[in-house]
Amino acid sequence: MAEATTERRTDYGPPHYEQFLPPIIKENYGKWKYHEILKPGVMVHVSETGAQLFTVRAGSSRLLSIDKIRMYCDLADKYCGGYLRFTSRHNVEFLLTDRAHIEPLIADLAKLGHPVGGIGNSISSIVHTQGWVHCHSAATDASGVVKAVMDELIGHFTHTDLPGKLRIALACCLNMCGAVHCSDIAILGIHRRPPRVDHSRLKKTCEIPNVSASCPTAAIRPTVIDGLETVEVIEERCMFCANCYTVCPAMPLNNPLNDGVSIWVGGKVSNARHEPMFSKLAIPYLPNTPPRWPEVTEAVRNLVELWAKNARKYERMGEWIERIGWPKFFRMAGIEFRKEHIDDFKHAGLTFKRSTHLTF
Amino acid sequence: MASEFPNTPMLDELEKGQWPSFVTEIKMAAKRSPMSRDLLGLLERSYRERIGHWKHGGIVGVMGYGGGVIGRYSDLPEEFPNISHFHTMRINQPAGWFYTSQALRSICDIWEKRGSGLTNMHGSTGDIILLGTKTDELEPVFLELQKIDFDIGGSGSDVRTPSCCCGKARCEWACYDTMNACYDFTMTFQDELHRPAFPYKFKFKFSGCPNDCVASIARSDMSIIGIWRDNIQIDQNAVREYAQKGMDIRADVVENCPAKCMDWDGQKLTIDNSYCRKCMHCINAMPKALAPGKDRGATVLLGSKAPIVEGALLSSVIIPFIKMEPPYQEIKDLVQKIWDIWCEEGKNRERIGEFVQRVGLGNFLEALEVEPVAEMVAHPRENPYVFYEEYFEEDDAEGETEKG
Ligand code: HEM
Ligand code: HEM
Ligand code: SF4
Ligand code: SF4
Ligand code: SF4
Ligand code: SF4
Repeated sequence: MAEATTERRTDYGPPHYEQFLPPIIKENYGKWKYHEILKPGVMVHVSETGAQLFTVRAGSSRLLSIDKIRMYCDLADKYCGGYLRFTSRHNVEFLLTDRAHIEPLIADLAKLGHPVGGIGNSISSIVHTQGWVHCHSAATDASGVVKAVMDELIGHFTHTDLPGKLRIALACCLNMCGAVHCSDIAILGIHRRPPRVDHSRLKKTCEIPNVSASCPTAAIRPTVIDGLETVEVIEERCMFCANCYTVCPAMPLNNPLNDGVSIWVGGKVSNARHEPMFSKLAIPYLPNTPPRWPEVTEAVRNLVELWAKNARKYERMGEWIERIGWPKFFRMAGIEFRKEHIDDFKHAGLTFKRSTHLTF
Repeated sequence: MASEFPNTPMLDELEKGQWPSFVTEIKMAAKRSPMSRDLLGLLERSYRERIGHWKHGGIVGVMGYGGGVIGRYSDLPEEFPNISHFHTMRINQPAGWFYTSQALRSICDIWEKRGSGLTNMHGSTGDIILLGTKTDELEPVFLELQKIDFDIGGSGSDVRTPSCCCGKARCEWACYDTMNACYDFTMTFQDELHRPAFPYKFKFKFSGCPNDCVASIARSDMSIIGIWRDNIQIDQNAVREYAQKGMDIRADVVENCPAKCMDWDGQKLTIDNSYCRKCMHCINAMPKALAPGKDRGATVLLGSKAPIVEGALLSSVIIPFIKMEPPYQEIKDLVQKIWDIWCEEGKNRERIGEFVQRVGLGNFLEALEVEPVAEMVAHPRENPYVFYEEYFEEDDAEGETEKG
């Protein structure tokens, strides 16, 4: 380690955003009056001053090489005076002042293999996490599943042919770094086998009180095995959250025979019409089948098509299901309702049906 | 073997199809970077075996910082020596994710020299993620980032990199300046951002309106969402224009209003604003005709999180309406009080939302010295087991006595 010096600069924070704003934005900051979607993936914002700002939004794989970022930079230099931005869903946006640049830019993006879309009543890029590319607790890959699903659904990215917005998210374990729990469709990696305790390593790598305390269901108890201080897991109490593994690497859950994917539906974060909602369990388990996860892509496509065919204009997945009722949703989707669909964690009773508002 | 381009029949399948492929990205980087080459080999192996090959990290970082670097080690170091360590660096992104090509190129140059050449633009919390470097490169990367004014973000039990929607930069709906607030909070809480001292992480997210484009209500411990409290601005001519162009205003707008507070007689759109829930639907549907009111500010909500440890939560209202003017002192004072209570009483790895659930919102408000208001609940309690805190004794002449 280098030695500490008094001049060492720390805590200076991110660069101030103002130096990265194109002149048209600086001039019209806070003065935007309205916007229109000109075509899929392209909008115009019109200012009180009459200025027009065009946005071209392109999908990306989120995991980007510096080579690709440089290619984006070249396009920004060529068409946008060197300015660009990214969105909260990992899309890249080019901000133009010249309407005539829109089509050439889209053509150049197509040459790079980056489709334009994701605005309005369409699917935007899938928010996702690291998976096997970079995380220790992943029960499935992230980028691979997302790539396979988006190949299937790309037509709904490049067209605004859906009843409302559709937001898909993927997290490779229950940690949900991508906060998928409020998405129209959430793809969630799950473990289904309790942790295997590495008794010889546990005491050396972990603090036993912390490990016991990490378990939300108190499934972990201190114990002594062959004279070694360690812990045991009461397997019936384990719901595979991997919390213990995050605290203690000597308790791995990753397991090719049992890991897989669950599908959740009907969540949203925006307040439009209906209040924000959590996603709810639709399919408890699908297998991990790399490289293209056909079971997952097909399940997601079926859900999207079912909703697209049956929802009213503007109705998000969850709003549609709430209107028709969950039993009807399960029947229409052809999904078998099973014990796993019934909540058995905290306040589970609030999710039971407490009325006769039923459809047959 | 390590420096060869590995054989990746399974990953190659993911270069087919129209959506941009992350495999193509890793291969581009692998032309120069032995780390990215080894990553391809390791990932192919995960695809074959259906299991990840990363161990979670020991503590690594740059001098003077406790957070911002996530240690990552492969469990197959002999086979893939170039990624035996492959740490993530979180870089604090500029507010709203606006860049110049020049700034991005400078980051690329650093990462070409000292990392794998792979990034996430961006991670789910908002930072620029520089994916994969060796322990002895961490400090040099930081020194080079300093020269271009990019600082490290948060990780561990501290303030995580705050993020915001593009707000007033490019959105007519922004009810306050999200980018200014995000930058200001980030600068104010630098110490808490870089030196973990909390029971667990604490995230701020700033959305300019109830559409909540950065999902703050689901993904941040403190969600600051723009809102207005006067009347929706209506341009009746523009409404009629939408109607003429074929919009079914009754079906598409009026009947979707959750407050049922709108009416349309074919000529004029009326809104009983005292019932409007500020849901944004009608404004989203007719951006040219409707706009949020002029008396704008924000609702501050507290406590959302993903499931770990005690289950997922959405944020709930703590200040129904506040004007959002720099330096945002009132909210910052509240934040400080919240942290004081949580650091004192919170359990290890207990997020603020879980803490509030455990001690009770009523008790938490009392400790904060915030008055309870009806906007904080969806409805009042249903269960009759109330902890009344005061009662009278028979011989109590004065009236109230504190419970014994
Ligand atoms: C310790 C808890 C409880 C006790 C000891 C209790 C006791 C009783 C008793 C003795 C009755 C019958 C009264 C009668 O018919 O004269 C009753 C009725 C009732 N209880 Fe409870 N109860 C409890 C909790 C609850 C809870 C939690 C709920 C609802 C959430 C509830 C809802 C009702 C209802 C709706 C009735 C009326 C049934 C009717 O009128 O047909 N009770 N309770
Ligand atoms: C210790 C707890 C409780 C006791 C002893 C109790 C007792 C009773 C009794 C005796 C009745 C019947 C009244 C009548 O027939 O005129 C009743 C009715 C009722 N209770 Fe409870 N109750 C309790 C808790 C609750 C709770 C927690 C709820 C709601 C969350 C509840 C909801 C109701 C309702 C809605 C009725 C009216 C049912 C109807 O429509 O006829 N009760 N309760
Ligand atoms: S969701 Fe889980 S597996 Fe995926 S990146 Fe986050 S912690 Fe890792
Ligand atoms: S996986 Fe979760 S529930 Fe199972 S033992 Fe570990 S902490 Fe407990
Ligand atoms: S949250 Fe609202 S103000 Fe911010 S970008 Fe989204 S729509 Fe615009
Ligand atoms: S904002 Fe929502 S609640 Fe308010 S008038 Fe419009 S549709 Fe109705």
